[in-house]
Amino acid sequence: MNNQQTVAPTALRKATKPAGGGGWVWALGISIGPLLAALALGGLVLLAMGVNPFTYYGYVVHRAILSQMGLEATLTRMGPLLLIAASLIVAFRAGIWNLGGDGQFLLAAVAVAAATPAMLTAGVPVWVNLAIGLVIGAAVGALWGVLPALLKAWQGINEIITTMMMSFLGVSFANVLVKLLFLDPTTTTPQTATLPVEARLPRLFGTTVSSGLIIGIVVVIAVHLMMTRTAFGMRLRLVGASPRAAVHAGLSVPRLTIAVFTISAALAGLSGAVDILGTQGNVRADWNPAYSLTVVPLVFLARLNGVGSIAYVFMFSALTIGGESAARKLGVPSFFSLVIVALLLITLGLAEYMDKRRQDRARH
Amino acid sequence: MKDQQMQATSEAIVRPNPARTTPVVALCGVTKRFPGVIANNDVSVQIWAGEVHVLLGENGAGKSTLIGILSGLQRPDEGHIEIDGKPVEISSPRQALGLGIGTVFQHSMLVPSLSVVDNFTLGGSWWRCPDRTGTAERIRETARQLGLRVDPFALVATLSLGERQQVEILRALMRGSRCLILDEATAMLTPHEAVALGALMRRLIADGLAIVFITHKLNEAVAYGDRISVLRLGKTVGAITPEQLNAATDAENTARIIRLMFGETAARSAHGLARAASDFGPVVLQVEALRTQAGSTPLRDVSLAVRAGEILGIAGIDGNGQKELAEALAGQLACSGGSVKVNGREVGGLSVGGRRAAGLRYVTDDRLGEGTVASFPVAMNLVLKDIGAEPFWQKGLEKSHAIHAQAERHIRDFDIRTPTHHTPVGKLSGGNIQKVLLARELTGAAEVVIFAKPTYGLDVNNIRTTRQRIRDAADAGKAVLLISTDLDELLELADQIAVIDRGALRGCVENDAGARDAIGRLMSAGDDQ
Repeated sequence: MNNQQTVAPTALRKATKPAGGGGWVWALGISIGPLLAALALGGLVLLAMGVNPFTYYGYVVHRAILSQMGLEATLTRMGPLLLIAASLIVAFRAGIWNLGGDGQFLLAAVAVAAATPAMLTAGVPVWVNLAIGLVIGAAVGALWGVLPALLKAWQGINEIITTMMMSFLGVSFANVLVKLLFLDPTTTTPQTATLPVEARLPRLFGTTVSSGLIIGIVVVIAVHLMMTRTAFGMRLRLVGASPRAAVHAGLSVPRLTIAVFTISAALAGLSGAVDILGTQGNVRADWNPAYSLTVVPLVFLARLNGVGSIAYVFMFSALTIGGESAARKLGVPSFFSLVIVALLLITLGLAEYMDKRRQDRARH
Repeated sequence: MKDQQMQATSEAIVRPNPARTTPVVALCGVTKRFPGVIANNDVSVQIWAGEVHVLLGENGAGKSTLIGILSGLQRPDEGHIEIDGKPVEISSPRQALGLGIGTVFQHSMLVPSLSVVDNFTLGGSWWRCPDRTGTAERIRETARQLGLRVDPFALVATLSLGERQQVEILRALMRGSRCLILDEATAMLTPHEAVALGALMRRLIADGLAIVFITHKLNEAVAYGDRISVLRLGKTVGAITPEQLNAATDAENTARIIRLMFGETAARSAHGLARAASDFGPVVLQVEALRTQAGSTPLRDVSLAVRAGEILGIAGIDGNGQKELAEALAGQLACSGGSVKVNGREVGGLSVGGRRAAGLRYVTDDRLGEGTVASFPVAMNLVLKDIGAEPFWQKGLEKSHAIHAQAERHIRDFDIRTPTHHTPVGKLSGGNIQKVLLARELTGAAEVVIFAKPTYGLDVNNIRTTRQRIRDAADAGKAVLLISTDLDELLELADQIAVIDRGALRGCVENDAGARDAIGRLMSAGDDQ
């Protein structure tokens, strides 16, 4: 009671106090500092590997952002990654740990890669073919989420374990499908039939950027608005924040759990469809980009904010595209981009800690 | 070390009275500052062997901090602690235990998934196999000496809160405590258990133990305390010595304590007026032969009826199906038979939301666990049970101005002390969180309101406000089901009182002069079976 009275004026003062010059510099430092620190720490790792960090970073920026071809590749890569981000945000915000995105993605990709060239040769118009392809991807992805969803909803079985197990099964099953069932007999490499370039998702404004980027951005923003502005999103957030409070408030937690799984897995499947229809055109045997697990840290860096995740996905996409070129040129492994993401997680965590300390000090 | 303490158990309990010239534990000018707040301001308290020393104070008066300092969780910024007249530093809970200060916290520190005996052997040496049978025997023996019944091999999760507390007291004693701190010990106990705890405390101090008993229930302070210290805003604002306590009547002591705690003004309205007798309306809530299979205490053929404007109290020892009854009525727990009617309409088949729409409201006792979401703002917690409903959502889209307008209204009407309605509800005090729940459940089309332990853990002022709200709800014609383990609360508020025992209702009495005895008989009747 007495605390309340002393707290209220302090909070009021804080709210009305204009941000001073020092505060502004701090805010800037706290948002950019971690990125610079992560790059600097990554630079040390590069030095240890015998590579000049400035050469590496300069090369990555040049190849992934400054050169037109690189920027187009970066933007194209963002499409599937954004859909994965949307998939994860829905699930994590609702407190469901869908870590099976890779299986959902790959099975959907294989199904789309098998179905769309076949339908095209059967005379289905390109646009209809693409639309059906997207639907197939989402449906197959959702299907692979059904078992963990039911187990979680009815039996309360930990979805982290079931989704990861289903992911291993899905990835292997996708391989089996490619090698045994959907093998393209006209090529020597084990892969599915290739969707002709002219039958893929249209490119944007005369560039090579796939319109999968648009699908990704629209979906991730739609998911963000759904989570923050709608009653359905509010229900999901309530289940995520406190399942017991959700039961108390009269929500059907099992039904919402199944809904979350369906949406999340369908978006992961859609990501697979967009990658096939926009970029890959086919699935080679043993192909597994493992987007889902690499996007997990990104959505946490963005604090499960859909809009924020676009920036992080762009950064990561640039790092991987540039990193792939740099791997060939400088001999730095392409997964060095993951090292940067990991360092960024650490430096952002530290920055948050410092910011909190500062706020605590400022309050008293 | 552990085993030696275990063996020293029986001596610990019958330790002879030490010299009465120095206190067992003394806090000397202890000051503890937290960011923005002085939790303890130059507090000096002496704890003597053979005495129950009651620490009284409202929520936030600094009781918890003082306990934290004594039990080694926190260290004072200024001042020091003396044990047997010698200054000591208590830097860890382990050290506090070693110095003979045992603490039983308000919330159980036992591991629920382990048995009682495993909880006792937890602190043992890692290289030795715990002596389970030996420890169990010592637990039985110590319990017997204290007149308690404890099954050493029972899983802690299956014990009631009162039983868990007894186990914790046993554990503190068997570790050789000379000073036992009981933090809000009766907050979760039934009247019977509270009386039993009082008797237990008398037996313990007779053996030369010193007890610090923290409470905000005045009657308990007067009934069980030998010496009373009152804390207010971090300071000791008064102390009553045993001589003074004995010299005055209980009523005089109570009045004196209230003056110390709240100043002169609050003293006059410690108890609300008895509810005016009124004519009740038709039966609003009708429950017949309700039974459940789920829950730790299944309900067995519970039947009751509450009329409009009536408060039906449900008394009983905690863990006898109170939670199950409230949840079964609210629709959170599946029923295996029976019917629930609101205004003659069967709601037994409806979901939680459907029953709420029919006018059935449930004020849960688990305010932060299920009643609210700590990280959500106050405004959102106020509409937590109306997600998707007009006017807060339209066509599924959130209308924040409607949500905020309602929040402002509730904050004003229910005097919710919060900086803004954006403040996460977890930052509010327990009393204000309760006001959020009351605002949510008592407004709108409420017909039947179920209160589960509505004043549990609140301070005196908030207890008074909450009880007034309950009274107001009944006066406004709502049917009120008041489930409480605080018999005084039921006697103060209810029109009729039924007793719940092992999932079944056992008789129902009018709340008149003989009610206390009648309820006592009903409760003890259950024990014989």
